[in-house]
Amino acid sequence: MNRRSFLKTSVGLTAAVAIRASAAGARGDLIDVNVNLSRWPLRRVRGDDTSALVAMLRQHGITQAWAGSFDGLLHKDIASANGRLADECRRHGRGILVPFGSINPKLPDWEEDLRRCVDVHQMRGIRLHPNYHGYKLDDSDFRRVLHLAAERGLLVQLALIMEDERMMHPLLRVESVDTAPLVSLVKQIPGLRLVLLNALGTLRAKPLLDLIAAGEAYVEIAMLEGVGGIANLLAQLPLYRVLFGSHAPLFYFESALLKLKESPLTDHQRRAIQIDNARRLLAKNP
Amino acid sequence: MEIWDLHCHLSGVPGSTPEARLGKLLEYADRMGIARLCVYMGMEWSYDPSPEKMRRDNDEVLRAIRQFPDRAFGFVYLNPKYTQASIDELNRCVRDGPMVGVKLWVAQRCNAPELDPIIARAAELKAVIFQHTWLKITGNLPGESTPMDLVELAARHPQAMIVCGHSGGDWERGLRIIRPRKNVYADLAGGDPTAGVTEMAVRELGAERVIYGSDVGGRSFASQLAKVFGADIPDSAKRLILAGNLKRLLTPILQQKGIKA
Repeated sequence: MNRRSFLKTSVGLTAAVAIRASAAGARGDLIDVNVNLSRWPLRRVRGDDTSALVAMLRQHGITQAWAGSFDGLLHKDIASANGRLADECRRHGRGILVPFGSINPKLPDWEEDLRRCVDVHQMRGIRLHPNYHGYKLDDSDFRRVLHLAAERGLLVQLALIMEDERMMHPLLRVESVDTAPLVSLVKQIPGLRLVLLNALGTLRAKPLLDLIAAGEAYVEIAMLEGVGGIANLLAQLPLYRVLFGSHAPLFYFESALLKLKESPLTDHQRRAIQIDNARRLLAKNP
Repeated sequence: MEIWDLHCHLSGVPGSTPEARLGKLLEYADRMGIARLCVYMGMEWSYDPSPEKMRRDNDEVLRAIRQFPDRAFGFVYLNPKYTQASIDELNRCVRDGPMVGVKLWVAQRCNAPELDPIIARAAELKAVIFQHTWLKITGNLPGESTPMDLVELAARHPQAMIVCGHSGGDWERGLRIIRPRKNVYADLAGGDPTAGVTEMAVRELGAERVIYGSDVGGRSFASQLAKVFGADIPDSAKRLILAGNLKRLLTPILQQKGIKA
């Protein structure tokens, strides 16, 4: 590292620490339940190599990050993608990264992918991308994934969208996932623990409240918008259902962090969102 | 760093009056260290407002900013379909009132000739012109402008200071489209906080042509500030984007009105 790059890194680190401190609040540890490793198919972003992402997360006080892989969106050899994800999480960050393997229930013998996530990679959860994998939530294979995941004690992360529908690449357009069938599924599947990722841009009001009331469903704040967004959300949802998620590195990590600052939160609320809710949720794993 | 926000609205904010809503916005702005807000459009929006609705919307903004003269600037909302009514409203709110800019939304695409007298008058008044733009793969509204429309307009009015709202939405295309037109500035507001937008804007336009805005209350201050705080650009560029550029564009009209900022 030369002097110029050292200074640049130092300035970046100082700025990161300053933002963290000014997030008033971002006192103590942070668990980010929504990060991805590897590369977004359509753009290079800062942090799309694991070591850089881990360094950035650490600068912002992240002590644990639940990581999926962008490779899980489009790769058909998803077992290989999950293997790389597990390996990257082992090799970087001394345990900061918790891998969530991708399951595509439209691939032949996807049950083996799920088995490897548990038995080979010792994963605590899985991540689903129904729109990129071409199924709706009333699909019987989806129901079976949820059943198997619940039986194996896996957390299920369901990503509703990855980017704004209005500006998708013309050759890679997908719709946001329609969550309507989820309410009955969550009610019917014992032991299911569901974390909705990137949900709050499209899932609001009664559909959101119905889903949260149906069972163990959680949301994170990466796509939460509106001024004072977290405070507004907490006026509707139980505190313990709200998790901290950044959607980094595709989104600037600072977005989620600054949301903690924008809303006036009690220390109890802030700590619950930053760490306690996620820690409690993961601790339920057998 | 000082922060001025180019792009704020009274909709999507709690409060039954315009001044209550602006007061609430300022509470959040204070939490985020934002010194000044530019506010436009009323408490309830219309894609295609009649002259009467335009006046009502602008009256609401006037009410709000009069309550907080040291914290907020107003931009007058115009509908180019009603050219003369728009010029009258521009004169009422900017020439004779405290407003300092123009907001154009989705009533009519901005390459239409009906905009020419409005833009010319705004330029005479040294008002900053903010034009919403978006390139939607899902399809634009009938009167919704694209960055291509905007550069046509800007070419006809090189003396005008024109802001490309949302950097065209699809910013990887929008920024390229506005790049050659030096009197067009990029507004960072209103899109997801997608990593790389600010770095590309600075790389392609220069930091002097990039302006922070939030699009609150529909968006958060947080997600939009993150585009600047999280960007891999020098602090000097961040200062320009967060306040310096907007101050520079507004300085002539503020001086003309005797407003110290």
